Amino acid sequence: MKNLIEVQNIKKNYGKKEAVKGISFNVEEDEILGLLGPNGSGKTTTIGMLLGLLKPTSGQIFINNLKLEENRIQILEMINFISPYIELPKKLTVKQNLYVYSKLYKVKNIKERIEYLSEKLRIGELLNRITGELSSGQKNRVSLAKALVNEPKVLLLDEPTASLDPEVGDFVRTFLEDYKKEKKISILLASHNMNEVTRLCKSVLMMKNGEIIDQGKPEDLITKHGRTNLEEVFLKLSRSKSEYN
Amino acid sequence: MSITRIYGLFLRHFYLITRSFPRILDLVYWPSIQITLWGFISNFFATHTTYYNNAVGVILTCAILYDFLFRTSIGFNMLFLEEIWSRNFTNLFIAPMRIGEILTSLVITALIRSLIGLVPAILLTSPLFGISILDLGIFLFFLFLSLYIFGITLGILVSSGLLRFGPSFENIAWSTMFLLAPFGCIYYPIETLPEIFQKIAYVLPLVYIFEEARNILINQTVNVQNVYYAFMWNAFYFSLSIILFYYSFNAAKNKGTLINMGE
Repeated sequence: MKNLIEVQNIKKNYGKKEAVKGISFNVEEDEILGLLGPNGSGKTTTIGMLLGLLKPTSGQIFINNLKLEENRIQILEMINFISPYIELPKKLTVKQNLYVYSKLYKVKNIKERIEYLSEKLRIGELLNRITGELSSGQKNRVSLAKALVNEPKVLLLDEPTASLDPEVGDFVRTFLEDYKKEKKISILLASHNMNEVTRLCKSVLMMKNGEIIDQGKPEDLITKHGRTNLEEVFLKLSRSKSEYN
Repeated sequence: MSITRIYGLFLRHFYLITRSFPRILDLVYWPSIQITLWGFISNFFATHTTYYNNAVGVILTCAILYDFLFRTSIGFNMLFLEEIWSRNFTNLFIAPMRIGEILTSLVITALIRSLIGLVPAILLTSPLFGISILDLGIFLFFLFLSLYIFGITLGILVSSGLLRFGPSFENIAWSTMFLLAPFGCIYYPIETLPEIFQKIAYVLPLVYIFEEARNILINQTVNVQNVYYAFMWNAFYFSLSIILFYYSFNAAKNKGTLINMGE
């Protein structure tokens, strides 16, 4: 399988503070990689570097074999991002927002693309509603539509189902699974929902204090650490004052 | 440069303006109030001083020119702040837009915002005060262009600060024009300023623009050198603002401001 994301020994320092301490990993085509770790472990910093919002202190990032540092615009055309911490302009209608972002991503056949996403994400009835007036579940699906407007090869998800009720959360997870299978895209998923990670991810990276402290398939990590589920593995690793600290 | 992307970002702000009547009202309201106020002050001075005897509309014309500068600069800042307030900043900077495309789109949108406010205000001056800014003739275009460039320049400088320091820089965004106004010699000749202030004023394009407006209206002559100096200083400050914006963008990428903007 082809690696769509290649991260080679990236470091990020803020002054003397080392936020990310030389991590490396790959994400294959048609793979969802989970990025786990307690708050402040360096997940957001890592995603920020992959999006070109943060400049690594050292190391290199390749997306679809293109070096990020030298091909920022080309790479941004083929990736997208969703996070509960960023929003679409609240005063615009859903349709206007999707239209604006389709233009920014130079999407051809905008009408067809919006219709396709509306149907898949069940937002057809929301298109003429003001974005700021939607419920968090509806906003989440609209943000997902925006994140898919450019048919990304790489999707970065930062807690995509945070604050969603179980029904909407399940809908989003099922959608992501199906979409990944259909389009063979790579997804990097940062989440604190261990059930979600176990269900969606082929493998996971455990981060702590800016380092990758363990990695592997969820079931292998559970066995390796002698626990019954991924949440217990997470707690064990995040609470340990081991050689990783 | 992609016209599609520039148009896309323009649309984002166009939709915002056209969706909200209070926003349009806000754009029109302040220039109209400003012009009306200065119109009455202008009338008072015209009848009680000798300096303005031959040109009733000098103060009012300068007020209109200053308001255009103010609206352009604030308008540009508003567009940038709008992205921060709506927590859309990250979405914008992960879209495949070049910095030049973002700036071009904001520059065009800021012009349209300013004109929405200014045109009704200008139309008011004729029936209310019998004054037309068109008395400045063809040079009106050059004066407006010069003010527009300086307004945009200030907007880019403030946006650079917002990029570099985050939303805490917002207060500076509102105060820039008030800081520069005394040195701009908008309503009075440069000789009114103390000598040290005159030195500062001479390195700003504003003084040449407003001196020239007064020169045309009072003396009925044109000093092309003033227009030339205004454009020269504009070229200098505009180039400086673009360099600073790129520098701030790179600094923000190092510092992490882009990812935390709006929080």
